[in-house]
Amino acid sequence: MPNVSIDGKQIEVPAGTTIIQAADKLGINIPRYCYHPALPVSGNCRICMVEVEKQPKLQIACYTPVADGMVVKTGSPKVLEVRKTVLEFLLVNHPVDCPVCDQAGECKLQDYYMEHGQYDSRLSNVKVKKDKKAFSIGSTVMLDQERCILCTRCVRFADNISKTSEFGVFNRGDHSQLDVYPGKQLDNNYSGNVVDICPVGALTDKDFRFKCRVWYLSQTKSVCPGCSMGCNITVEWDKMRPHQHKKARVMRLKPRHNPEVNDYWICDKGRYNYHFIDDNRIQHPQFKDEIISWDKAVDTIVTALQQAQNTNSTNRIGVLVSAQLTNEDLFVIRKFFKETLRGAQVDFKAAQKSGDSDDFLMKADKNPNTAGAVKILQADGDAEQILQKAKQGEIDLLYVFGHDLVKLYGKEAVSQIAQKVKLLVYQGSNVNETCSYAHLNLPSSVYAEKEGTFTNCQQKVQRIWPAFLPLAESKGDWEIISLISTKLGAPFAYKNSQEIFKDIAVAIPAFSEMTYEKIADQGMILKA
Amino acid sequence: MEKIVTRHFGQENSHHLINYLKDNGYQAARKAITQMTPAQVIDEVKKSNLRGLGGAGFPTGTKWSFIPQANPKPKYLVINGDEGEPGTFKDKYIFEQDPHALLEGIIVTCYAINSHKAYVYIRGEYIKSMENLQGAIDEAYRAGFLGKGIFGTGFDIEVVIHPGAGAYICGEETALLESLEGKKGFPRLKPPFPAVVGLFGCPTVINNVETISCVPPIINKGAEWFAKLGCEKNGGNRLFCVSGHVNKPGVYELPNGTTLREIIYEHAGGIPNGRKLKAVIPGGISAPILTPDQIDVKMDFDSLKAIGSMAGSGGIIVMDDTTDMVWAAMVAARFFAHESCGQCSPCREGSGWVYRNVKRIYEGLAKDHDLNNLPGIVNNIGGNTICAFGDAVSMSVGSYVAKFRSEFEAKIKGHVCQT
Repeated sequence: MPNVSIDGKQIEVPAGTTIIQAADKLGINIPRYCYHPALPVSGNCRICMVEVEKQPKLQIACYTPVADGMVVKTGSPKVLEVRKTVLEFLLVNHPVDCPVCDQAGECKLQDYYMEHGQYDSRLSNVKVKKDKKAFSIGSTVMLDQERCILCTRCVRFADNISKTSEFGVFNRGDHSQLDVYPGKQLDNNYSGNVVDICPVGALTDKDFRFKCRVWYLSQTKSVCPGCSMGCNITVEWDKMRPHQHKKARVMRLKPRHNPEVNDYWICDKGRYNYHFIDDNRIQHPQFKDEIISWDKAVDTIVTALQQAQNTNSTNRIGVLVSAQLTNEDLFVIRKFFKETLRGAQVDFKAAQKSGDSDDFLMKADKNPNTAGAVKILQADGDAEQILQKAKQGEIDLLYVFGHDLVKLYGKEAVSQIAQKVKLLVYQGSNVNETCSYAHLNLPSSVYAEKEGTFTNCQQKVQRIWPAFLPLAESKGDWEIISLISTKLGAPFAYKNSQEIFKDIAVAIPAFSEMTYEKIADQGMILKA
Repeated sequence: MEKIVTRHFGQENSHHLINYLKDNGYQAARKAITQMTPAQVIDEVKKSNLRGLGGAGFPTGTKWSFIPQANPKPKYLVINGDEGEPGTFKDKYIFEQDPHALLEGIIVTCYAINSHKAYVYIRGEYIKSMENLQGAIDEAYRAGFLGKGIFGTGFDIEVVIHPGAGAYICGEETALLESLEGKKGFPRLKPPFPAVVGLFGCPTVINNVETISCVPPIINKGAEWFAKLGCEKNGGNRLFCVSGHVNKPGVYELPNGTTLREIIYEHAGGIPNGRKLKAVIPGGISAPILTPDQIDVKMDFDSLKAIGSMAGSGGIIVMDDTTDMVWAAMVAARFFAHESCGQCSPCREGSGWVYRNVKRIYEGLAKDHDLNNLPGIVNNIGGNTICAFGDAVSMSVGSYVAKFRSEFEAKIKGHVCQT
């Protein structure tokens, strides 16, 4: 394996590794526009040029493979001069309309100009005018040709990753323009990714444009709850200026790099699936039409449970758990209903219509934690049977987590169930039609307000982190169960989800020896 | 002086097979294929000191020897007849006047590199060239010089013409390959070089029309004869295309190493109306411009390189003392801005910037700083681009500013150019 020296630091890398890849491994940041680790090399922007000892000309780091004994300098006066030069060329026909550009604050032209440019303008010409500014090229993305630096990342993304080939560079010389091919629109399942990889403000996201300046955003690592792929994401939120966006906290989701799961990408379904975090939430516990306190809500359930215990009829309790919940939630729910109470019938698979899927990231199973639910719940009940029994009056307490039964089974069936059971509890984050049939509604927090883990379709256990506190009076799912259990006289000792996870690792063999520290932000595969 | 490439020029119907055959036509191909090994052919061409006459001057035999014969993929020969360099019009005459000489060269070359298919990429505007070459190809197929099992051996050759679509950059060999593959003419990153990964990912030799036309005489008359015609390391003659302010513009075949003075004043008949020489471009528009005190230079690759210019494509553009050098620089800059492919940023943005800058100076709209900045901007393009086009912008436009700066200054001061 070749041994290369970059800025005096030595590294041994596999043959074929490029200078920029070796530098990245060393934590040496070489500026880049066209280079993207997941795309074929194009070598067109020329900002990554570095000095290679014994070579007369500077070499582009993105394309030049390292050789044994190679000595590379990424910060020599020659290199710094060329960076400045390339920036100057890239800005010759750039409008520099940063004040009205949505990319400002995360624009590589701005960043590198501050780091490597800082020259006085030598420009006295009129800029080349391009055709399209603020031009819609699809349902989610806007194009601005004059901001484009023609790095062709989006072209290569569409050619190689989404394999939809919508983009081309038209005309030549400084009249070159990025565009979609005539008659084509950027409307594939992964359109939004071109905005992420665009290093400048040429491609912007219609959903995010002008909503929030990026420097107001905070980032929290998470996992997309949209399907069983469990793509790694970052939740980007702003709590400083709620007046700007009708109190919504989450501004956008971005893919988070995980080479084993989603690489650098997420699908558009996942990307725009965040409005539920702030909109249409169940805010308070509610008994029929009356907003009640948590105390009262818990009392209501505990009374029903005690009655079941006293009459030896815990088998007349039905629980429909959801694979939208974290492993920690599921573990506490199982413990409570199967061990503390004993006898309840528990299942997590309510009839799910399978959703859209493709051969890349989108999976038909729209739950983020089906694999975890299988391992942790070891459900012996059958959702269909539980509901059937509920219809026939054989269930006294039906406890539903998150499933919108009306959507799944229709109003008539749910109305029948609501009449037959003594207490229909709906615990969920968002208002849906089932809420109006439930006797008791309990507001639970969404994934972005929780700490915990999901297990994806690759059997990979991945952590989510709370971005902010639960909205209004909502609470975490396991915390609600914990409140009930305490009131019932059998308190859990858990203070946080990490403590629950420690118990999971002990109780469930597939999770043995896993810890939050080990899972970290890239996940860990379940034991077979 | 013995003519080689132009030996049939001007003869009636010189492009017809019957006339080509009269002068030992296709005997070199027959000799190579029936009596020589490919290695012997390559060796002969190496010894002849034949160099690439498209402009780069790379030793031809050496280029052929780079083809990895162990590679199981097909090998291709591509003839670069894009001839887009302003001031250059020699290949056009070969296509029109002696296409069989090119075809015979193709046969020998294909045999040497073990290729069974040759593409001739012809500049799209060269309609007559394509007609004459296609006529010659058809004749050669009928005569059994092309096609299956030529000269009674098992060797097959197919030749296909591909017309260009009007981009200067497609004369750059890797852009040409992209274009030939049906893609936009963008130069490729190198390495790999075409000899290893060329057309359709296969080993490929790309040679200029004139270069390949020199091959049959080398096989017929021997490498030593050819090498002796030229000067050191530059075998044979060269076609010089003389245009601009001369009495007899045209294509002249002269030995490598003839001086520029001799070409202008003896062969091309000197400058009209007794006017004085002001500047001359020695090798197509990309070559740095020369001043009258430099015209005793020998016109071969090495001598021109030594004085900071280049032999390039052999396009000599002569400018007399009525020429406004700022205007000439603007014309060159406009050409580069128009023809930059736009792939890499220094050339894409730089070529247009340079043109608009020179134009402002020419139009009298510029300030001192526009001229002061120009050499720096021009220099920043060269050496930083994917292909040699960026270097051409730098060297060409840069040379006008360096050598005729006073004329640029005069424009800025609002004076009329000195004539």
